[in-house]
Amino acid sequence: MLRQMEGSQAVAETVALCRPEVICAYPISPQTHIVEALSRITRAGRLGTCEYVNVESEFAALSACIGASAAGARTYTATASQGLLYMAEALYNASGLGLPIVMTVANRAIGAPINIWNDHSDSMSQRDSGWIQLYAETNQEAVDLHVQAYALAEELSLPVMVCMDGFVLTHAFERVDLPSQEQVDAFVPAYEPRQVLDPDDPVSIGAMVGPEAFTEVRYLAHARHLEALERIPAVAASFEAAFGRRSGGLVRGYRTEDADTVVLALGSVLGTIKDVIDELRESGEPVGAATLTAFRPFPFAALRALLGCKRHVVVVERAFSTGVGGIVSADVRAALPDAEVRTVVAGLGGRPVTKAALRGLLTAGEPEPLTFLDLDRDLVARELARVRARRRSGPSAENMLRDLAGGG
Amino acid sequence: MRAESPGGRDVRPSSRRRPPGYTGSMEYQTRIHGRGGQGVVTAAELLSVAAFLEDRYAQAFPTFGSERTGAPVVSFCRISDRPIRVREPITAPDAIIVQDVTLLRQIDVLAGLRPDGHVLLNSARPAAELGVAGHSVPASEIALRHLGRPVPNAALLGAYCALTGVLSLESVQAAIRTMFPRQVAEANAAAAAEACSYVREAARA
Repeated sequence: MLRQMEGSQAVAETVALCRPEVICAYPISPQTHIVEALSRITRAGRLGTCEYVNVESEFAALSACIGASAAGARTYTATASQGLLYMAEALYNASGLGLPIVMTVANRAIGAPINIWNDHSDSMSQRDSGWIQLYAETNQEAVDLHVQAYALAEELSLPVMVCMDGFVLTHAFERVDLPSQEQVDAFVPAYEPRQVLDPDDPVSIGAMVGPEAFTEVRYLAHARHLEALERIPAVAASFEAAFGRRSGGLVRGYRTEDADTVVLALGSVLGTIKDVIDELRESGEPVGAATLTAFRPFPFAALRALLGCKRHVVVVERAFSTGVGGIVSADVRAALPDAEVRTVVAGLGGRPVTKAALRGLLTAGEPEPLTFLDLDRDLVARELARVRARRRSGPSAENMLRDLAGGG
Repeated sequence: MRAESPGGRDVRPSSRRRPPGYTGSMEYQTRIHGRGGQGVVTAAELLSVAAFLEDRYAQAFPTFGSERTGAPVVSFCRISDRPIRVREPITAPDAIIVQDVTLLRQIDVLAGLRPDGHVLLNSARPAAELGVAGHSVPASEIALRHLGRPVPNAALLGAYCALTGVLSLESVQAAIRTMFPRQVAEANAAAAAEACSYVREAARA
């Protein structure tokens, strides 16, 4: 049913349609509206016997999900930023144990300095945690990815993170086509666990594994991720057949056929990028865009199939590896050894990624291998001058805020 | 806060709700300024729902931050006949709504307004007296009469319909009914209607 609604509410309604049996919640902006809405839905009796557990931390939220999932329950939680970091140890446990937990990450920067706004540093920091990571371009895709996530997670016995841009998507009111309960029930059948803690048929889950089998356990996890590279597009295809719209998959192109330069990105920034691509196309520039939906596992072959013959690829990243540069770019370079891959770090800590800045970037003469979009170089230079001028120059973040406020 | 059980969930989008004489436009951008607690974010959301009910595309979003009561807050709404993809904040609005005119002394609320753009102020004093080329509507006073509380939101949106012709009053009232419980919704819908008439009469005078 078509609705005009907030992204968080749309995701909560969709998660409810997936019939979770245990929801563990700890609030953190910008994710809070999702679990608040699920709390109201559960209290209203719409989820039957679903247990809504208010926990005391993010570590507890995921730990409780792990226990519930091991006992055979379909589970859900959501978090962001420092909350995801606080879960880090449990993230590895969930994937290591092969538990199909679905979690929304409402992407937000990581402090210090404290910043509640959107970028991808949180989920990117957990790229090696063994979770599947899918990134939503719109609220419609966020809705659709949650339905696909349960199907994927339970088929593969792997946890899935659905990443959606905090505030930009979670707090945006836009048109969303919510699926019906019948559609979701047909797409996500009742959960049949591969392993379950059952007093009538006791097993041990999570025993110590020494050098004799640890590599093999890890290799199996890798093999399951490689299998996910097959299943993610298959699930997206059956979703399209059942729901009549294309969502998810590994990577998709926009006006790439005859493009010389392709801008690749993850998440909601693609909307602005596509508008810029259309404008540049009108003035005859051969440019296109690529949406990377699956970041873990990384779709090397699918990316090669889409962009293998391109000369220039610009990766717009909402996070970076300090002292290195692009995070996504490293994988893109490995996938496209013949392309010139440039990294553009953009939209950190909620700085808007504007059409004007992207247009400037794509029409500039001499591109750098690594660019920080809209970087205030003068502000940086003034702080570096203060640092050089005296040993006790004080905290840089606060110095620059005072500088911007006109206090030098 | 958002109403939990909207009354009119089953309202279907229909192009028949569009304002008379509406011919369609590329995209209409509105920026709303107010203070935390005045319903700045809800106002943009209501505009987007009203546009949706006219079977148009709309995107509403706040300047994201830690909302505090009384702090300056900005929200945005884009309305279009085509799907909206862009996610950048609105810097060149077609219309600006100012819920609290004390903000005029604090920030440049008119920044980027398009040359033929509209400005709507919540004030009993004429806009010219406040040094602004725009229109005033005593939205807080109207709200006080209808709701018993000086929440200027719905009245300003009614005035917005009259001033811009972008949305019909009927759509804004329908949007109000989807978001608030019945009694609150009806009081707000009446406030919107009065403010709409106020602007129309002011234009005739």
